[in-house]
Amino acid sequence: MSQSPDNSIVRNIADKEYEYGFTTDVETEIIPQGLSEEVVRLISAKKGEPEWLLEFRLEAFRYWQTLEQPSWGHVDLPPIDYQAISYYADPRGKKRGPTEIDPELEKTFNKLGIPLNERLALSGVAVDAVMDSVSVKTTFKQQLAERGIIFCSISEAVANHPELVRKYLGSVVPYRDNYFAALNSAVFSDGSFVYIPKGVRCPMELSTYFRINAINTGQFERTLIVCDDGGYVSYLEGCTAPMRDENQLHAAIVEIVVCQDAEVKYSTVQNWYPGDKEGKGGVYNLVTKRGLLRGDRSKLSWTQVETGSAITWKYPSCVLKGNNSVAEFYSVAVTNNHQQADTGTKMVHLGSNTRSTIVSKGISAGHSQNTYRGLVRMGNRADGSRNYSSCDSLLLSPTCGAHTFPYVDVNNPTCVVEHEATTSKISEDQLMYCTQRGIPPEEAVALIVNGYAKDVLNKLPMEFAVEAQKLLSVSLEGSVG
Amino acid sequence: MLEIQNLHASVEGKEILKGINLHINPGEVHALMGPNGSGKSTLSNVLVGNPLYTVTQGTITFKGKDLLAMPAERRSHEGIFMSFQQPVEIPGVSMNSFLRAAVNAKRKYMGQPPISGAEFLKLIKEKRQLVGLDDSFTRRGVNEGFSGGERKRNEIFQMAVLEPVLTILDETDSGLDVDALRIVAEGFNKLRTPQSSAICITHYQRMLDYLRPDVVHVMLNGCIVKTGGPELANRIEEEGFDWLKNVEN
Repeated sequence: MSQSPDNSIVRNIADKEYEYGFTTDVETEIIPQGLSEEVVRLISAKKGEPEWLLEFRLEAFRYWQTLEQPSWGHVDLPPIDYQAISYYADPRGKKRGPTEIDPELEKTFNKLGIPLNERLALSGVAVDAVMDSVSVKTTFKQQLAERGIIFCSISEAVANHPELVRKYLGSVVPYRDNYFAALNSAVFSDGSFVYIPKGVRCPMELSTYFRINAINTGQFERTLIVCDDGGYVSYLEGCTAPMRDENQLHAAIVEIVVCQDAEVKYSTVQNWYPGDKEGKGGVYNLVTKRGLLRGDRSKLSWTQVETGSAITWKYPSCVLKGNNSVAEFYSVAVTNNHQQADTGTKMVHLGSNTRSTIVSKGISAGHSQNTYRGLVRMGNRADGSRNYSSCDSLLLSPTCGAHTFPYVDVNNPTCVVEHEATTSKISEDQLMYCTQRGIPPEEAVALIVNGYAKDVLNKLPMEFAVEAQKLLSVSLEGSVG
Repeated sequence: MLEIQNLHASVEGKEILKGINLHINPGEVHALMGPNGSGKSTLSNVLVGNPLYTVTQGTITFKGKDLLAMPAERRSHEGIFMSFQQPVEIPGVSMNSFLRAAVNAKRKYMGQPPISGAEFLKLIKEKRQLVGLDDSFTRRGVNEGFSGGERKRNEIFQMAVLEPVLTILDETDSGLDVDALRIVAEGFNKLRTPQSSAICITHYQRMLDYLRPDVVHVMLNGCIVKTGGPELANRIEEEGFDWLKNVEN
């Protein structure tokens, strides 16, 4: 067979409009573009922050000024004009009280399938809804508080639980970690804060929904999750943005602290606007996510379905400090058209008998570039620790690229590190088999891709697995002709 | 039901079919025999609309419609089913979700609403029993880790679910032992109706012993060189194809 499916069937790319590309017409308070110490002070003042937090921001900002934007990623990231971005946008309208929500905002989140009205909400899921720089509403707060669970925006946490925030903020991702971490630490706006007390199993899924709306603004979300001894929480984040011709910057930090015998599941369905067919516009998603498995027998799993963003640059990582701690990373990254993704994980084994699993599935179509980059490090005290990594790439077009950069660093002879990698294509035989049974080619590709990604999709909370499946199909829509 | 006239087809620029004429009535089973490379599989691939095969001349009419104008999935919706010679694996896609997609695609084409979960499970159970497959089978990935015999049985199972009008059995007997062959052939026979037809491509008599074809064709070099009744298959079993090469000239 001479013709590859790339030529014969998988050809035309994405005529499907991005479903979440609408904008909300809401009175938004935006501070002028530009970044300086004054801007950092202004953000802090707008949020009425305590002095220690302002100091934290200023230190981060001064450090950031000494850095240069890194270029080691396998992405073509154009220079970003940090002075052309506004660092704070509040869509809540100027005249409203703190508990009232602009109906336009409520409508927006309804349209996104995230009802903010608890009566209409997806049962078993509490939501923190963040638009631009501000948390708009957090649902089921009261119900959770009865169990001692704190789930609120990070701004509220700073006001109401300063001791917790001060103790943990920057403890997993210090501002000196990297360029974007320093930037985020200086200007971060809103995000979610979760605290699960000792021995408490969170009875519902917690989730944060991030939405960028305002033009020429960056979103610098900051999420902090602390799960105390023996606690459990499953957390999900979702993201969308309007279609805009210019690129939008999203530089987030997620920090997770997992104490002894505690377990955290963190799932991401990332669907930022990916740009148009020609690669114009789209979100730059430059994110630092890391969890510290601080206590013995602690457990953390990252599951991510990455379909959006023009450029994705992120490595949800785990530091396995507690003995017998267990870390997992499950990822499906889809790139289409001109999207670029450089994503993966870092598993740093410090404690003894720690275990980590990495399952990465890359799916590339169009002219996109999809890179897996992973680090597995076994420290000298990580006796008897193990890692298993499996990285698969699926190519849907002759013009896309898939790359794998696995780094392994073993400093203890009792450790076992395994790595498997495959690259495959959807074969003509598979497509013919499906179409012979009456399944149209486009649906067939979605079916085959979902089968390929099944190991990862199965790890998502049930309510979102179906959504993620649909998202995979939509992201690849138009990748067959 | 099926009318093929002067069909020429090529693959990778090489002409394989050189003027096929074939007429199949409702309820008939036609056997297609011939040595390797005579064009049997090319004909079946052309019938199901495999895009790797190019029709250069001729017409195919199916139920009065121009078959060549339809993409592969439409042909399936219209009632053409092929039991593949080598069914492929689709890892991670369960037989259940695969068949449900297939059933719903056809229903959509017929203007019917998607099948409900309960209805679908009932349908699958009924058809599964017809070919003697157990429950765990439909939860496995499509042909994933299936033995040769299981794959062929799976083809007949899918045929049972999709209820085609015209079935093409492309060397369904290859790679099957005697018992597996009997199970597959008997499964197929159970599914026959007075309206449904079949083309059975085979090298061997033993498949035809079960299927009892109405008409037997012999292909050589891209042409049908001889057509007859079941006795023709017997003669080929005894004498091979050599005597037909002279007929061709």
